[in-house]
Amino acid sequence: MIDLAVNLVFQLLQMLLVIGLAPLLTGLVRKAKARLLRRQGPPLIQPYRDLARLARKEAVVAEGASWLFRIVPYLVFASTWVAAALIPTFATGLLFSWSADLIAIIALLGAARFFLALAGLDVGTSFGGLGSSREAMFATLAEPAMIVIVFSLALIAGSTQLSTVAAFMASSAVGLRVTLGMALIALIIVAVAENGRIPVDNPATHLELTMVHEAMILEYSGRHLAVIELASMLKLLLYISLIACVFTPWGLAIADASIRDRLLGAGIYVVKLGVAGLMLAVFETSIAKMRVFRVPDFLGAALMLGFLGALLLFVSRSLK
Amino acid sequence: MTGLSFDVSHLLAGALVLVSFLLLYQNRLFALLNVFALQAVVLSLSVAWQAYVQGAPHLYITAAIALAFKAIIIPVALHRIIARLGIHRDVENVVGIGPTMLAGLALVALSVVVMLRVASEADALAREDLAFALSVVLLGMLMMVVRRNAVSMVVGFMSLENGLILAAAGAKGMPLVVEISVAFSVLVAFTVIGVFLFRISERFDTVDARALDQFQGDRQ
Repeated sequence: MIDLAVNLVFQLLQMLLVIGLAPLLTGLVRKAKARLLRRQGPPLIQPYRDLARLARKEAVVAEGASWLFRIVPYLVFASTWVAAALIPTFATGLLFSWSADLIAIIALLGAARFFLALAGLDVGTSFGGLGSSREAMFATLAEPAMIVIVFSLALIAGSTQLSTVAAFMASSAVGLRVTLGMALIALIIVAVAENGRIPVDNPATHLELTMVHEAMILEYSGRHLAVIELASMLKLLLYISLIACVFTPWGLAIADASIRDRLLGAGIYVVKLGVAGLMLAVFETSIAKMRVFRVPDFLGAALMLGFLGALLLFVSRSLK
Repeated sequence: MTGLSFDVSHLLAGALVLVSFLLLYQNRLFALLNVFALQAVVLSLSVAWQAYVQGAPHLYITAAIALAFKAIIIPVALHRIIARLGIHRDVENVVGIGPTMLAGLALVALSVVVMLRVASEADALAREDLAFALSVVLLGMLMMVVRRNAVSMVVGFMSLENGLILAAAGAKGMPLVVEISVAFSVLVAFTVIGVFLFRISERFDTVDARALDQFQGDRQ
């Protein structure tokens, strides 16, 4: 009984932690990018201020928008938050861990994307439709790639459940595997594409003909926009946590760890997030955005890496 | 056989297949040559690891030959040929990257299935090496099929030969004489191909193989 209570407390703590840290992570990436370009950049807490300002403002809804348009922000936010809550960020074996399945996470994110694309089409402006169609085009390649990566990971670790995968990766049974390297690169490509970071989409611009994510949410304002922005910040944190949990599980408090270990794990997790944010900023400043019609090649590389990794895994498993 | 030696050779051979895919992915000639040199480096690492695992010192010589010829001499020479032909700005796109990658994956799957079954008597290390070597050979052939530029075809041919060296290193007991003569015959073939490239570009003002399709011989 007391175990259940402790697990519940830590689960709630994790949900608050991810939502509290997500704007800070975005602020860190923006600040680091600005510093790399020798600009001063906004302060780290600027995203919090932006969200507060948007939440205070009146929400203007376009004429002809249906009920779907109003509820989509909350649907998107809720499914992203649940997905982020499932990932073991600083400790495995939390209350929700039994359902922390990689395929469930992909499904939640897919549902969020589906509703956002519907909302883009709902108002009937040309920009919204353009953004939705591009988002769907990228998704048709990014999701299979993600699923193939998950299959390779599941074959290695023997489970699609994230706690088990993380525990396996932290043990010495992993060995040296080329498949894991390929899966890591493919997962990074998918994460970059899904979050609309620079080679695929530019998160810092509006009203550019190549924008994807910003085009879909162009009609939103006020609290709706605040919720969507928070959801997309949460998505960035989710992907970084996923990569950190699977590929760098050091410092993760394994199930039944003491409270001190879990707090230590939380500290290490924050450090990991900071390092990943800085690496993302360096990556984004060092390359240029690619043309929209080259993005399928970029994502196709992720798909190819996933398949190749699975094939190589098949070889090494059938020989051992 | 310990797990680690298998894992390292799996890593290196897998990296070789991956670099073959990178070759298919490149559409600029200088980038193609850099990836080709990278493939030769990975190959020589892989062969050197085989030499260490099998305790066969002559394989170190094979690795050194692969490094010297494939990673340095041939890429530098191709670099100069491209610069002299003035085609270094060309971008080629033949069948499209998507279908090519799918075809490549199918070829890798085919060679894995075939080799694991055919060579079921050999030990695990040799079987795996043979499977990956056949994939590299088939990917080299695919490269020769889908490219139109004669220089890319040469690179495809050379990467095919990298697969042969990997197979030779994996199968125990390949005499050194054979390997050295293969290496030199590749160099000779490269010289002949270089001469041909210049003849083709003199005659047709291009090294695009499509120009050869319309050529009707000396009939006027």
